[in-house]
Amino acid sequence: MNTNDHSMSQPARGFARFVQSIALLKESPIAIFGLALVMLWVILALIAPLLPLFDPNTPLEPFKKPFSDAKDGATYWLGTDHKGRDMLSRVIFGAQLVLIWATFATAVAYFFGVIMGVVAGYMGGWWDDAISFVSNVLLSFPVMVLYIIIITYLGSTGFNIVLAVTFASAPGIMRIVRGLVLDLKTRDYIFAAQTRGESPLYIMLVELLPNARGPLIVDACLRLGYTTITIAMLGYLGLGLPPPDPDWGKMIAETQPLGSFAGHMAVVPALAISSLVLGFNLLADGLREISLRD
Amino acid sequence: MSEQTPVLECNNLSVSYFTRAGEIPAVVDFNLRVMSGEAVGIVGESGCGKSTVALAIMQYMGNNGDIVGGEIKFNGQDMAAMSEEELRQLRGSKISMVYQEPMASLNPSMLIGEQLAEVFICHEGTSMDEGKARAVEMLAAVRLPEPARIMASYPHQISGGQQQRVVIAMALLSKPELLLLDEPTTALDVTVQSGIIDLIKDIAKEFGTSMIYISHNLGLILETCDRMTVMYSGEAVEEGTVDEVFDHMRHPYTHGLFASIPLPGADKNERPLVPIRGQLPLPHQRPVGCSFGPRCDFFKEGQCDQGPISMRGIDGEELHHARCERLNEIDWSTHKSEGVSSEDIEAGEVVLEVDHMKKYYEIRDNSLAALLSGDRIKWVKANEDISFNAREAETVAIVGESGCGKSTFAKVLMGLEQATGGEIRLHGQDLGKVPVQQRQPQTVSLLQMIFQNPFDTLNPSHTVGSQISRVIKRFGVESDPVKIQNRVFELLDLVKLPRDFAYRRPRQLSGGQKQRIGIARAFAGNPSVVIADEPVSALDVSVQAAVAALLMEIQREFRTTLIFISHDLSVVRYLSDRVVVMYLGHLVEQGTTDQVFAPPYHPYTEALLSAVPIADTSVEKREIVLSGEMPSATNPLSGCPFQTRCHRKIGSVCEDEMPPERMLADGHRMRCHLDQSELDAMEPVFVMGNDKTAA
Repeated sequence: MNTNDHSMSQPARGFARFVQSIALLKESPIAIFGLALVMLWVILALIAPLLPLFDPNTPLEPFKKPFSDAKDGATYWLGTDHKGRDMLSRVIFGAQLVLIWATFATAVAYFFGVIMGVVAGYMGGWWDDAISFVSNVLLSFPVMVLYIIIITYLGSTGFNIVLAVTFASAPGIMRIVRGLVLDLKTRDYIFAAQTRGESPLYIMLVELLPNARGPLIVDACLRLGYTTITIAMLGYLGLGLPPPDPDWGKMIAETQPLGSFAGHMAVVPALAISSLVLGFNLLADGLREISLRD
Repeated sequence: MSEQTPVLECNNLSVSYFTRAGEIPAVVDFNLRVMSGEAVGIVGESGCGKSTVALAIMQYMGNNGDIVGGEIKFNGQDMAAMSEEELRQLRGSKISMVYQEPMASLNPSMLIGEQLAEVFICHEGTSMDEGKARAVEMLAAVRLPEPARIMASYPHQISGGQQQRVVIAMALLSKPELLLLDEPTTALDVTVQSGIIDLIKDIAKEFGTSMIYISHNLGLILETCDRMTVMYSGEAVEEGTVDEVFDHMRHPYTHGLFASIPLPGADKNERPLVPIRGQLPLPHQRPVGCSFGPRCDFFKEGQCDQGPISMRGIDGEELHHARCERLNEIDWSTHKSEGVSSEDIEAGEVVLEVDHMKKYYEIRDNSLAALLSGDRIKWVKANEDISFNAREAETVAIVGESGCGKSTFAKVLMGLEQATGGEIRLHGQDLGKVPVQQRQPQTVSLLQMIFQNPFDTLNPSHTVGSQISRVIKRFGVESDPVKIQNRVFELLDLVKLPRDFAYRRPRQLSGGQKQRIGIARAFAGNPSVVIADEPVSALDVSVQAAVAALLMEIQREFRTTLIFISHDLSVVRYLSDRVVVMYLGHLVEQGTTDQVFAPPYHPYTEALLSAVPIADTSVEKREIVLSGEMPSATNPLSGCPFQTRCHRKIGSVCEDEMPPERMLADGHRMRCHLDQSELDAMEPVFVMGNDKTAA
């Protein structure tokens, strides 16, 4: 089929297929619940600038309990923190940050992990040995130590979070992709491509990768959850995004010592982290369940 | 007989599966009676419900299957009324089942002896020692050599044929009253299959076990069963004794099924196969009335599409029934559904020359013993001294069982592996040692391949059209997008599929349709040689004929050379002009189809021919059952490769000397030490009952 035709007929079909796949979700209440949790945060993050919120970094009145009234007649729905910043606003803008960086970091980890996995699986031999060796070395590092080394060396910026997550996740992704490719490369359509004299690059990108997407989508959901935890953990340790941005992990770290006196300040961001991670995990579980059913 | 209680009785049995798409009726209104010691065959194509019947009898239909109507009685007892515990006691003791894949039926981490003894421990509470003692007896009864050694082996240490014998032994251990066999030989080679079939035939005699034999192969049903049921789309369409159904079949589907399988005497030009048109309806899209209606030549509107049709008796034959509304109106004696016969094609110049080609694989032995002896490198001789030619427009079949080296040969030819010695010349150019990456695109386009497994041949992620157009672009047949599109449509026309299939994805196509796309893709680059690796063996019988006919037609039109790799001698006999027989990497016989299929035979060819099950009661076959299994190619034997299994072995000369290639007639060559007088005295393997012509 020529390319013009692709662009004419594929999108409609593509969209129809997308709607169909979304419709499949309703078979699994778990997946729907997970998706709802994730979408709640995604939508809040997207429309955050439009919501009637206080500025997340402006100090107002410190230590206000949830649902208490503000000076100008507004309400601090989730209270304020020790510096008097509105918790609701900080959590929602924090969601923006965590979703952006988690998605970006996972995507970068996938980019490297998939390349390594496809090459190791398809090319085999020397390539496989070398790539597997590098992954094993990376995997043998205690993840926490790895993060701390990277971030203390390079300073705490978003970019370093991406770097840390990539180092920690890419080897795992590589293993999954390599396994999938080892299975897929024995299929006849791969032989057909080889006997046409196609280049290894074409075979890896066009013939192999699209067929590995199913299990990878499930894995990506799970991994988004892990990355969310990682970012929160780095924030908690003071290795996350630079202040004063509302980083969920850092919010817990800063307010935790005052927990006995104003517990909501640490509980609110902790609940935010749990709900988002739970959403990703349930969505992944549900997707796996649906894919196994016939 | 009517006084006796049947061992098994299915009355109006209906089974459905419940899936996303709703209720899928898999079996509808199915009746079956199996008397003691009787073997009943169920034959049909994939998706006809034959395996579902077996699972229903075992009351084991997974979590989405259910019996929605009718009853199954075992020894007069309704199985639906039994508790789960009663059923569990019944399974494996009174009713046993043998599945298709022997490796999947055995536990890979347990010794065979322990697995067999478990049956006694579980059902009779005996000790492990007593169980093992009785298991050894049973292994001997299924004619396994050295039962004691097998008992102490793990499943992966014995061959596929031996594994299936172990599975059958396991099923017989508890002296079941009913044995269900679901395609027990489909995964095995033909010469191994014939041994298993021999064994199955004797089971009823020796143990008095009733059997239900499920198969898609009519020939096997004829060899093993007393009565049979033909199923189509969830219904039994014809039932009766084997002789009644084979000799006076009455249902149009049964007729279609028989017309679409090649018989030993058949030739592609004289008696072309007649495929059944159309395809099996999906279970939720079955037409009202006769399920076979849309594919039937005798379909009559207003009569065949008016609601459910019942089984009708046939005059004069008590057990023979068929589910056809027009049963008594069709006169089969005057009906001739002969296919269109065509002229012989004149073969052209030699296109492909294979000249003493060798392919050895190197394996390194890292054991200490090998290190010490310095003998670390071993060779697997996958192809040894292969020589033959193929001409333009000719079909050359390469025949042999798994492990004979036919797939290795295809890989070398396609450039995925390189030859160790000798040459492969395509239009005079040596390709044996040139990997596909280094071949000119022009050369690559001349050699294309059709694959065996329809579910694997197309990439599930891309549309059919984009997969065909990739070949066109790749080989530079066309470059303009509009012309490429047109060429894709033309190719779809060529393989007789609608043009809008270009926009479909492989999972929306049936097996036969995928295989047609595979053919279109192979011919998209205007190849001069096409290698077809078992192109129809994974397809249903009625579809096989259509795909084979299509392949022949296209080949004829383009005068393409076809290298046809197969183990199925009926199909080979039907399709090919010349035949090359391979055994253990060696080419043992070659000649024109007539030469190879008539005496004098190479002893291996003779055994292969005899192993082919034939679905014709009038053919008499000489039985040659080979003993043993194909030896490993790692430790090549000196002398003749076939010496270990040969039924005509002369003596030490076969063990010491590699037989020279001898020319028997023009183009008919074989490697064998047999005397000329003995070759001349060979009888044909088949004798056709009606006209006594040698096949």
